Amino acid sequence: MRKFFAWAIFLGGVAFFILPLVGMTEFSLKMRRGVYSLDAYWKVLGDSQFQQTFVYSITLALATIVMGVLIVVPTAYWVRLKVPAARPLIEFITLLPLVIPAIVIVFGYIRMFNTSSIIPLTGSAFGTDILLTFGYVTLALPYMYRSVDTGLRTIDVRTLTEAAQVLGAGWATILARVILPNVLVAVLSGAFLTFAIVIGEFTMASLLNRPAFGPYMQLLGANRAYEPPALAVIALAITWGCMGLIQLVTRLSKHEMAKA
Amino acid sequence: MAYLELHHLEKSFGPTRVVKDFNLSIGEGEFVSLLGPSGCGKTTVLRMVAGFETPTQGSIHFGGQDVTALKPNQRKVGMVFQAYALFPNLTVADNVGFGLKVAGVAKSEADARVAEMLKLIGLPDLGARFPFQLSGGQQQRVALARAIAPKPRVLLLDEPLSALDAKIRVSLRSEIRDIQKALGITTIFVTHDQEEALSMSDRIVVMNGGIAEQTGTPFEIYNRPSTKFVAQFVGTLSLVPAKVTETGNGAVSVEGGEIAGLTLPAGTAKNASVSLALRPESVRRDKRNGDATLNGKVKSVDFLGSVMRTKVEAAGAVIAFDAFNDPSLPPPKQGEQMAIHFAPESVLVLGA
Repeated sequence: MRKFFAWAIFLGGVAFFILPLVGMTEFSLKMRRGVYSLDAYWKVLGDSQFQQTFVYSITLALATIVMGVLIVVPTAYWVRLKVPAARPLIEFITLLPLVIPAIVIVFGYIRMFNTSSIIPLTGSAFGTDILLTFGYVTLALPYMYRSVDTGLRTIDVRTLTEAAQVLGAGWATILARVILPNVLVAVLSGAFLTFAIVIGEFTMASLLNRPAFGPYMQLLGANRAYEPPALAVIALAITWGCMGLIQLVTRLSKHEMAKA
Repeated sequence: MAYLELHHLEKSFGPTRVVKDFNLSIGEGEFVSLLGPSGCGKTTVLRMVAGFETPTQGSIHFGGQDVTALKPNQRKVGMVFQAYALFPNLTVADNVGFGLKVAGVAKSEADARVAEMLKLIGLPDLGARFPFQLSGGQQQRVALARAIAPKPRVLLLDEPLSALDAKIRVSLRSEIRDIQKALGITTIFVTHDQEEALSMSDRIVVMNGGIAEQTGTPFEIYNRPSTKFVAQFVGTLSLVPAKVTETGNGAVSVEGGEIAGLTLPAGTAKNASVSLALRPESVRRDKRNGDATLNGKVKSVDFLGSVMRTKVEAAGAVIAFDAFNDPSLPPPKQGEQMAIHFAPESVLVLGA
């Protein structure tokens, strides 16, 4: 009897999460009357605005990943090596983006970097893109920092650093040739999460009025019937694809270690 | 002529003085071990030589050059760590060639040097492997090759054998010593294992509480320890309490008897309390001419394979002695009465 209830609760939970997705996917296939078709998908994929916003968001995601890696890897490394006592403080700071809503951050940005400020980043499209990238780096910080820090935990940072130092290596060489390659899987995990976050982000891009994928999804959702669920399925597939890549990279590296 | 000189080295971490007025001169090509218990400051001295710690006071010279203010990557030292510290992302060959690449050595020259090093450590065919594909002993050999590939001025070995199992430890220590001799590299070896220090070193520095208690050859350290700590730390000792009865002929009284002909420490007064330190190999069951004798009761017998270690309660102490295992002779029984003998000149008399 207890087993029956356990299964019932489990299946109920699965249904709660899966049914809306099934319904959404099914609806997205019903554009042509009476038969299932991929018309909505072709329409979305053929839309020039889709292509522009998607490319824009991918570009910003890549810029965010590069900037995130450049900020997070040296910071996490330095904290572990030189100021391990500051780790709780750094962890707290990196968690702040989770408790401060994106809308608060973006209003703060607009106030700080508007056209009448010392650094008028919102005065040009490129400046606003830079600002948006910084915003994305902030949003992705908790995930990127945690990934990298976990990666660093798996290696003996201090001894490897000292081993490289006595062999004549400077800080840049140590970071590029010893530390980064050994936390690459962790960095990639952080990168894929960052990618997934940036692709779907709406608040910052919308309030900074940039042609990103998030605002495009919202716009489409407000004006069309079948295309929005098709777009949502595409966005979901991208996110799940990123998650799958994280798993793949992790598994491949484990496989390599298992050879020992 | 000293090549590596440490002058009045001091190191404090907060209020704790870890190394106190440490002085050492090491000749070119010499192999010196820093031996001592955990927390005695030996690793801190090594880390100051490597440049990982800055001395609170004092100076470090390599070949006459003051390197105290130089960073670790400017000192040209090679170091082998207890935890191997091979770069997991690089192959064995890339690990060995790391220092050469950083130094900007031409690829052909570096490749030749890497091959030479791998041959030297007896792993010429494992260049393409990754560290995780090697055993502990192989990894430590690679770490040694990596350390000596860039031809360092000084080689530092930080307990390199501690993480290995007993058999590999013994074979690797002679390999390390052979390589060090062949290349003539000035070497400092840190260990808490007296057997390693005694078997490998030209000289040993026994450290305790941040100071060098005694510096000398393994023979001197073992046979003529200058302090009670050195005597007790290096080798196994049985300490018999005694009182000086006559300073002229080195006579003392022990519980149940008198022993004469001892070499007393300079300035020992009559009636002073002293300890007679006996090495297991100095004590025997058969009496020879001039031997002192103590009577006691067998406390335990430990069978160690080729050797039998017997502990006898005598003269208010437990005295251990070793005898070769003779399968035709039955071992002594616990509780049995036994007379043990030793030459008075083999006894170390230590201040109580």
